[in-house]
Amino acid sequence: MSSPAPQPNRGSETKRTPLHDWHLALGAKMVPFAGTLLPISYPSGIVAEHRHCRDAAALFDVSHMGQLHLHGDGASAALEGLVPADIVSLAPGQMRYTLLTDDSGGILDDLIVTRTEDGLALVVNAARKAQDLAHLESALPAAIAIEPLEDRALIALQGPAAAAIMAEHAPRAGALDFMAAAALRIVGTDVTVSRAGYTGEDGFEISLAAGDAVSVAQALLDHPSAAPAGLGARDSLRLEAGLCLYGHDIDSTTTPVEAGLAWTIAKRRRRGRGFPGAARILRQISDGAPRRRLGLRPDGAQIAREGAVVRDRDGAEIGRVTSGGYGPSLAGPVAMGYVARDAAVAGRPVTLSIRGKAVSATLAALPFVPHRYHGA
Amino acid sequence: MSAVRFTEDHEWIRLDDDDDGTGFIGISDYAQEQLGDIVFVELPEIGTVLTQGDEASVIESVKAASEIYAPVDGEIVAVNERLVEDPSLVNSDALGEGWFIRLRITDAGQLDGLMDEATYQDFVEDLE
Repeated sequence: MSSPAPQPNRGSETKRTPLHDWHLALGAKMVPFAGTLLPISYPSGIVAEHRHCRDAAALFDVSHMGQLHLHGDGASAALEGLVPADIVSLAPGQMRYTLLTDDSGGILDDLIVTRTEDGLALVVNAARKAQDLAHLESALPAAIAIEPLEDRALIALQGPAAAAIMAEHAPRAGALDFMAAAALRIVGTDVTVSRAGYTGEDGFEISLAAGDAVSVAQALLDHPSAAPAGLGARDSLRLEAGLCLYGHDIDSTTTPVEAGLAWTIAKRRRRGRGFPGAARILRQISDGAPRRRLGLRPDGAQIAREGAVVRDRDGAEIGRVTSGGYGPSLAGPVAMGYVARDAAVAGRPVTLSIRGKAVSATLAALPFVPHRYHGA
Repeated sequence: MSAVRFTEDHEWIRLDDDDDGTGFIGISDYAQEQLGDIVFVELPEIGTVLTQGDEASVIESVKAASEIYAPVDGEIVAVNERLVEDPSLVNSDALGEGWFIRLRITDAGQLDGLMDEATYQDFVEDLE
């Protein structure tokens, strides 16, 4: 059988999160991901972890993600020079999902920006952290201080039971709006709680000092509705929710319009055109993009993975799968990918080439599983 | 029950109890554990002639696709159709109900090159 062997847990360049030993004690299988060892799953397995998140609450360690802080007068206006979102009008505690774009309209990273009392907090992809930092340092004015937060952990609690669990520790957490954050005290620890996540479910992310991570994670997990979940479940949850994974579904060759992320471009920013790649991105908004990101549902049980070619029923290549796997909530295979504009119609039958075999599939609107964000 | 032999790629082959020159092929418990939940099995055509090391089947877990290789030379005489409806049999009973194919062995001498169960267990422990 081809390579089922465990990933070797060696190599000095592979980092560990503050929860590493806690994962091992829970029986996790650890794999390197973007330079950090993370649990891919726990003994219950990816499918059970995924379902637990949709049905109750799942706890994820996302400490590998890059956390940084921008300080200085005008940090919001300065960051708007690099992203197409409305950052200036964010009130303290409000958050935005946005994109770092390049001059040709490609996506350099996707990130969450939170306005804090004294600046902006950014959460970026682990695999893009070094490039993002270099980009920010070269592009932002010197008056804006960029501080990478190295000794922080990030814990996500996601699912319909998450709010009740959080409210037991801090009533204010349960009352937070979607995409809002607050400094709170839980389990005797000062943390920043945000009502956000990447599973499609209601949920929270908790940023806290590395040394407090184990006690807070354990206190959350002690709730009977909570179970730990790994990277495997995180991937199938975000795939069903139609959310992009950087380096797969979006990168510097894809634009926000092609990716179906034009909703992240604020009206005021469209008028002002003052973000990298504005010319191409705004032209695509008005004239249409040459291709669109769409969902794909293979008809049988066969899994379509990244790289599978999408063909129309006449055999002409019309696109490619960028993410694919098994969707436990749909009890079948799900995928997403880019399809040429004229062919990108939800409901249209297509053919996927999987290991040289033609597998029939249907183009589908995203998400596969409706978002259940708080108040949405 | 007949002896089971294992490959370094974590396939097993068990000779049929009637000693009719056929063997059942599957993957080890260690392998199914590494793969996680198995969600799809692509079975080959009956009648396919395989050489040792040829791809015999493809399985998809929630993590990845993996190929199953023929442990010995032979011709496929049966496939486990139950895996089409319930691929999780590979997880729940890897060495029994979770078999993939039944092979008419054409070079029984190749079995001597495979590991017995105790040797395979030592092999797996060294991987961990």
